[in-house]
Amino acid sequence: MIRFGGVYKRYPSGQEALSGLSFHMEAGSMAFLTGHSGAGKSTLLKLIAGVEQPSSGQVLIDGKNIVQLSKSQMPIYRRKIGLVFQDYQLLHDRTVFDNVALPLIIAGADHQEIGRRVRAALDKVGLLEKERNLPVALSGGEQQRVGIARAVVNRPMILLADEPTGNLDAQLSSEIMQLFKQFNQIGTTVLIATHDLNLVQQMGYAEIALKQGRVDAGKMA
Amino acid sequence: MIRLLAFLKTYLLHHLQTAFSSLGKLWESPISNSLTSLAIGIALALPACLFILLFNFTQVSSQWQDGSQISLFLQQSLSDNKAKSLDKKLNTWPEISTTNYQTAAESLAEFKQRFGMDDLLDVLPDNPLPAVILVELKDEVQTEKINTLLKKLNALPAVEHAQFDMAWLQRLRNLNKIGSRGIMLLGILLSLSVLLIIGNTIRLTIINRKDEISIIKLIGGTNSFIRRPFLYTGFWYGIFGGFIAWLILLIVFYLLDSPVNNLAGLYGSQFTLQWYTLLSFFILPFLGALLGIIGAGFTVHQQIKEIEPK
Ligand SMILES: Nc1ncnc2c1ncn2[C@@H]1O[C@H](COP(=O)(O)OP(=O)(O)O)[C@@H](O)[C@H]1O
Ligand SMILES: [Mg+2]
Repeated sequence: MIRFGGVYKRYPSGQEALSGLSFHMEAGSMAFLTGHSGAGKSTLLKLIAGVEQPSSGQVLIDGKNIVQLSKSQMPIYRRKIGLVFQDYQLLHDRTVFDNVALPLIIAGADHQEIGRRVRAALDKVGLLEKERNLPVALSGGEQQRVGIARAVVNRPMILLADEPTGNLDAQLSSEIMQLFKQFNQIGTTVLIATHDLNLVQQMGYAEIALKQGRVDAGKMA
Repeated sequence: MIRLLAFLKTYLLHHLQTAFSSLGKLWESPISNSLTSLAIGIALALPACLFILLFNFTQVSSQWQDGSQISLFLQQSLSDNKAKSLDKKLNTWPEISTTNYQTAAESLAEFKQRFGMDDLLDVLPDNPLPAVILVELKDEVQTEKINTLLKKLNALPAVEHAQFDMAWLQRLRNLNKIGSRGIMLLGILLSLSVLLIIGNTIRLTIINRKDEISIIKLIGGTNSFIRRPFLYTGFWYGIFGGFIAWLILLIVFYLLDSPVNNLAGLYGSQFTLQWYTLLSFFILPFLGALLGIIGAGFTVHQQIKEIEPK
């Protein structure tokens, strides 16, 4: 589903974030992306989301080289990727319902389907009673669950999360991780960047460890 | 087919929702948005006002006789017979299309009828008015030729004074042309300023909503999806500006109506200002909305390209 082949990423500043990175994730699998701060985790996720382009090498998603996507194809491609952020990235002037509905509205879903799917997603993350609230009225853990509901509402083939528990305590973190596990169990390919190694060990999924822009061979299972 | 209809329904519904949520956003800061609409309204009202005035004026002045005419005031001492033979002779001149001889008595009668000052004129011992020959020139006679013709007519011994009646009208029409060009230019400039006002306002809104735009791009929003609410914002600004311009026109013409009608009455004509002002009710908001969408479109197109998710 996700295949990196000899990917280099050098930022305009000259900083090399990825140095010949290669790895592969099967469809329907789940993995953690680990490494110190600055190891290139966020850069890797941005390449998959099409936010950054590789300097060289191949990024194949579902068999397609996403470097070759045109400007008008990019939004359509992004609808198949669900993104979860450390700082949630919710729209603060819209209700929980409207935040979660956004990917469906963008995709042009009809009114009834939007209502049905948004409530299903909110139900899964346990926030059905909060649909009329504004994000500011929610706790950090609840805001992140809204972020996750928004990421999965359109049934993406890949779910990417960049330090999704970075701002949450251990109890909330493991609840959030349980959610990701559930989405993986219904077939979504899940890749989570984190530096919380305890959590990774608890969960017991594959680990892609980055070190200085490459897979840290010493840590590969 | 059913799918297409369903798609259309969803699409229209989305447009409606976007339009009204843009309107709702404007409502959130009523004062600054009212000021923006007011600025647009004034910029639209000014050329519209001038245009309506000029249009009315053109209407009125076109009622005034067309073509060029010279009045020959004859010597008081000239006999009726001699005047008639002069009239005949003039008819054969190549520049002249028709002539109309009017005796002194007829001149007096016409004067009385037009200005109704019977009593005053009856007091005078003699008829103060001369006999007149009205000379209609052929249409193709040019201004320079008219001047030499005037000299020739003035030189005739039977003529006391030859006067080219249309000189002032000609001048007026030239002024009219200059006026309408000026107003057109002013209209273009002020329309441009409407584009700039709307463009700049939208630019600020976009900067304020940069994060939102970036998030929407991340979750697969196309540029046209992102553009849409801003285009509607421009549309609303324009439409409100147009209504304000119309209100301004109504006030201006309400204030001008009676003095203008009085003035028009003096020249024996009727100014009908209200009709055009009402018509502008439809045109100004439409024009405003159009300018709003164009102004917003330019800005949004430029700005949105620059915002890339991080
Ligand atoms: N936009 C950017 N411009 C320049 N350098 C960047 C940019 N983003 C990340 N980097 C650099 O690339 C390296 C990898 O960063 P990042 O992918 O954010 O690592 P991580 O998420 O693992 O902490 C770091 O050295 C960082 O400074
Ligand atoms: Mg990072």
